[in-house]
Amino acid sequence: MAVNPNYTPYHPKWYRRRIPIFWWARKLSYVRFISREMTSVFVAYGAVVLLLQAWTVLRGDDTYRGFQQWLETPAVVVVHAVVLLIVLFHSVTWLSLAPQALAVHLGRYRVPAGAILAAHYLAWLVVSGLVGWVLLGR
Amino acid sequence: MRRSREPLLWAVFSAGGMVAALLFPALIFVLWVAAPLGWVSPPTHGQLAALLDHPIVRLGAFVLLSAVFFHWAHRFRYTLYDGLQLYHLNQLIAVVTYGVATLLALVAAFLLLIP
Repeated sequence: MAVNPNYTPYHPKWYRRRIPIFWWARKLSYVRFISREMTSVFVAYGAVVLLLQAWTVLRGDDTYRGFQQWLETPAVVVVHAVVLLIVLFHSVTWLSLAPQALAVHLGRYRVPAGAILAAHYLAWLVVSGLVGWVLLGR
Repeated sequence: MRRSREPLLWAVFSAGGMVAALLFPALIFVLWVAAPLGWVSPPTHGQLAALLDHPIVRLGAFVLLSAVFFHWAHRFRYTLYDGLQLYHLNQLIAVVTYGVATLLALVAAFLLLIP
């Protein structure tokens, strides 16, 4: 992939077809690709708000309660339900790419894609259980 | 020749994506959906304060959140680059996305690590 080659003034002009900005809107698989990449925006929102929430905890009980009240605002709950769905989409698409990103060899034997996928989903299950236990177990 | 920063950026992108994939659905479901709707009782301040009292937990939160910020930066950069075909703005987009991620990581360090 050529990344922005530094042009010389005498670089020959290539023939390039102009591609419209919304080229990806024409086919479902392209839309899915762009949606998958765009989950990163919502993931970043999640990280920012989790950071704020942790900070309110460090600030003290009052700040934490105030934040809790904001979280209970109906509009905020609706937005966060949507964020949850998009983050779930991130998780599913991310974990399903794991077998392609990770080739595990045991000696000369290559661990099959299905096993790598299953291991990642198992890790997701375990981590989610731990999160629930830490947050809700008293 | 200059060594490429691409492998390092990809590693952080990948780590952040994994953090978000494994941790975020459960955190968001419990803290932002189930607790506000009253399906579960929200964690008390004392409970979370005790958790964040450990410097290791705060350091861990800082590292994980920073990785997620760079995950966003890397992915969003290439979505603009490939998706919107903004090849001529490559350098500007890289500076803005990684710059914002660096800024957010610094804010996280400030909020979590400085007592």
